[in-house]
Amino acid sequence: MKFGIVTFPGSNCDYDTFRAVVDTLGESAQYLWHKDHDLLGADIVVLPGGFSYGDYLRPGAIARFSPIMTEVMAHAKRGGPVMCICNGFQIACEAGLLPGALLRNQSLQFISAPVTMRVENAHTMFTSAYEPGQIVTMPVAHGDGRYTADSDMLDRLEQESRVVFRYVNHNGEPTADANPNGSNGNIAGILNEGGNVIGLMPHPERAMDELLGSSDGVGFFESLLSSVAA
Amino acid sequence: MTTFRVSVHITPRRGILDPQGKAVESALHSLGFSGVSSVHVGRHIVVDTDSESADAAIESVKAMCERLLANPVIEDFEIESATAA
Repeated sequence: MKFGIVTFPGSNCDYDTFRAVVDTLGESAQYLWHKDHDLLGADIVVLPGGFSYGDYLRPGAIARFSPIMTEVMAHAKRGGPVMCICNGFQIACEAGLLPGALLRNQSLQFISAPVTMRVENAHTMFTSAYEPGQIVTMPVAHGDGRYTADSDMLDRLEQESRVVFRYVNHNGEPTADANPNGSNGNIAGILNEGGNVIGLMPHPERAMDELLGSSDGVGFFESLLSSVAA
Repeated sequence: MTTFRVSVHITPRRGILDPQGKAVESALHSLGFSGVSSVHVGRHIVVDTDSESADAAIESVKAMCERLLANPVIEDFEIESATAA
């Protein structure tokens, strides 16, 4: 299985993702330069975290027009899996790959901390290795993670089980205190209509080893491997 | 062709929580500006663009707003003026 990890100017989680794929999963990975027009045969595309183009204008607003994005959009349209993590989620929303937008954290502060989330839908290609309702811990590191969409879209996401991860406390309750950024409905991660593009603010690629605080991110990558191989 | 300087105001859409605006609002209250009921913090963008006319320059900046300068999901924009630069 070949992962293609896009590097934009200002990406900073591309290397973490590469190590997660190669060291932990033992799969192959290739960096894709944002100016290129070729996915180099990648089965799975990752839009990684970081501060593409310095977050100028709005996070993700300029990266979405990078040349490689034409190929990423086509890959998504063909049903190819796309993992959009943190800044990748912001880019995907700007590009219209995912609905809604990510706004400044309600606290106005950058948050770098582990968060707990509940797996709301374990029947997706990105979450099948988890138990339904499983509580997982992964780090967040963002200043603009407040997921926002109009009420019709929020209703639709809920009805279609496209809210995949939700911020919860240790008892599994989606309280305001458990919500790090003020996201609507405590939403941490969502799926596109076709079920092949996921966006989430927390970082599964930084939760690959107990030594670093959590290995709950491994399931995220393993789910995909069994789905794509199937 | 003339170069026009076009100014655009971009503000968070009303109804969407604007914590930055709220923070400024409460700072104004604490300074004694008790009449302040709502503050929104946005962006002001100035574009110099070559165009046949002021109207054409405005149309072109409107297209820029729709495609890049503003995010229609969360922001409103208003083109303030177009003057020969």
